[in-house]
Amino acid sequence: MEELKLYTYIAVFGTFALYFAIAWWARAGSTSDFYVAGGGITPLQNGMAIGADWMSAASFISMAGMIAFMGYGGSVFLMGWTGGYVLLALLLAPYMRKHGKFTVPEFIFDRYYSKTARVVAVICLIIASLTYIIGQMKGVGVAFSRFLEVDYGIGLGIGMFVVWVYAVLGGMKGITYTQIAQYVVMIFAYTIPAVFISLQLTGNPIPQLGLGSTLADGSGIYLLDKLDMVVTDLGFKEYTTDNLGGTVNMFAYTISLMIGTAGLPHVIMRFFTVPSVQAARASAGYALVCIALLYTVAPAVGAMARLNLMNTIEPVAGQNLEYAERPQWFKDWEKTGLLKYEDKNGDGKIQYTADPATNEMVKVDRDIMVLANPAIANLPNWVIALVAAGGLAAALSTAAGLLLAISSSISHDLMKGILTPDLSEKNELLAGRVVMTIAIIISGYLGLNPPGFAAGTVALAFGLAASSIFPALMMGIFSKKMSGPAAVAGMCSGIGVTMLYVFQHKGIMFIPGTSFLGDMGPNWFFGISPNAFGAVGALVNFIVAFALLKVTGPAPAHIQEMVQNMRIPGNVSAAHDH
Amino acid sequence: MEENKEAYWQENLRLIFICLAIWFVVSFGLGLLLVEPLNEFRLGGYKLGFWFAQQGSIYSFLGLIFWYGAKMNKLDKKYHAEG
Repeated sequence: MEELKLYTYIAVFGTFALYFAIAWWARAGSTSDFYVAGGGITPLQNGMAIGADWMSAASFISMAGMIAFMGYGGSVFLMGWTGGYVLLALLLAPYMRKHGKFTVPEFIFDRYYSKTARVVAVICLIIASLTYIIGQMKGVGVAFSRFLEVDYGIGLGIGMFVVWVYAVLGGMKGITYTQIAQYVVMIFAYTIPAVFISLQLTGNPIPQLGLGSTLADGSGIYLLDKLDMVVTDLGFKEYTTDNLGGTVNMFAYTISLMIGTAGLPHVIMRFFTVPSVQAARASAGYALVCIALLYTVAPAVGAMARLNLMNTIEPVAGQNLEYAERPQWFKDWEKTGLLKYEDKNGDGKIQYTADPATNEMVKVDRDIMVLANPAIANLPNWVIALVAAGGLAAALSTAAGLLLAISSSISHDLMKGILTPDLSEKNELLAGRVVMTIAIIISGYLGLNPPGFAAGTVALAFGLAASSIFPALMMGIFSKKMSGPAAVAGMCSGIGVTMLYVFQHKGIMFIPGTSFLGDMGPNWFFGISPNAFGAVGALVNFIVAFALLKVTGPAPAHIQEMVQNMRIPGNVSAAHDH
Repeated sequence: MEENKEAYWQENLRLIFICLAIWFVVSFGLGLLLVEPLNEFRLGGYKLGFWFAQQGSIYSFLGLIFWYGAKMNKLDKKYHAEG
């Protein structure tokens, strides 16, 4: 244990020192540096930074755990969170880069010539980003308290301080270069344990291939077939076909995550940092390469962790593990309360089944799978230390990107854009830094006292992005005639429908007991769960906007001219050969 | 000038349409709607539909973005629209 602690301190504080050094080297001098890193980031660098920005504690810590317990149903996260980049590359990024502004609300203001539209966009952005940061801050606190055994609050405080130093000092420039380092830490921390475990189980070092290979125990059985057998024997649904409440729900869930991904402002604003339209298209590709490196490994991590967990508890069918002989990692996670055992039949052994009456593993938190995985597989201590540093890198890099999105939307859109238009560049930069500091304090406070609705808010963040921001941006580019009032009405009705459905299931503002229309039955709309409802909200947005366009008439000529200009990367001349 | 802009945009729209059709087929089609019949086939230890949902769709997305980028770079050159 002492050796593990030493390694963990070295890994965590070594990486922190690196982030500080980079932040000092890349500190911001102008608003352009602060918001868009001076517009001079190369596509590969930007791809890595987007990867780190996008892959949060949820991707690093939670996703493989969800896949481990959802099996095939977990595919919605894999397809949804990567397919969104196709939409970004094809439908949004190049045109928004061509338009060349600092923030998403600013783009919406220019395109829809309306301060209301800008304010609606700012509100969506702040709600979506703040709810996200709470999750990151919690991740930082948990990682510190589990691996360094410091108090949760102190861990959170250290994390806040680290983000404050490099985000406030460096702005987008500092954040981008720090995120590149964080991406490298994160990807090694994720893939190294996966390679070890894949080798142990299948003899194949590449996890993506290991998952489709036969087991190395000489049985000749494919790993996935074995897993299907083990889980169905205990009454769980078959791993490779469990479909998460039906095809319609999975369909809606996947499309909601895809358009939500494409509509999240902290991701879109990264495309303002590259020098050209061509570089914006390439950035989306490099970003997906960086993300796919982790996302194609995740299914292997999930399936192998589930198999290892099952094999630990029941090494041979019918011969269950004695509770007294449980391994050290089991005891460690019991201490955190995320793993709970209850000897229901009093035989001193552990029974893990799908039937709540006989199941003795009364709590197995999905979030522990990635963190506990190296220990379950008996990997060396330095690997466990690396995973801790990787989890922190994932949480800190995403928090920094979100903080920047919030501070730019307040200092640039609300203050400079609407309230105090004569703000000088120097003061705007100062305001950006002050707002960011306040945002860090608020998110730290919320991380320390997480509101009861924290778990439900992720649905809200994606729902807002999917039902309001994505359709507004897409119509702004692909429909020259789309008018401001019609688009604003579309955004508001898209958000409205989505929020109504989420609140009807989970309570108004997630307050228990206020879920009105309770007699309508869960998932009453074609079996679609609230998390998957953003797709329906987006559809409503499009329909309302195009219906109202008939009433309001088309956008003014100079706006249509602007859209025309946005669609062409440079000055077009005759299409003949010289 | 104006006709060139329009022609450039129409060619771009055609490419986008092709890419989105493939995007839909590899994820929603092969990974979701057709998953059961495809699961009758195998790719090593993977059932084929399951493989598309958890691996194949992501590789296809990657191919699509780079293919679209390359085609658009050519289109930009053809219309001298680099910028």
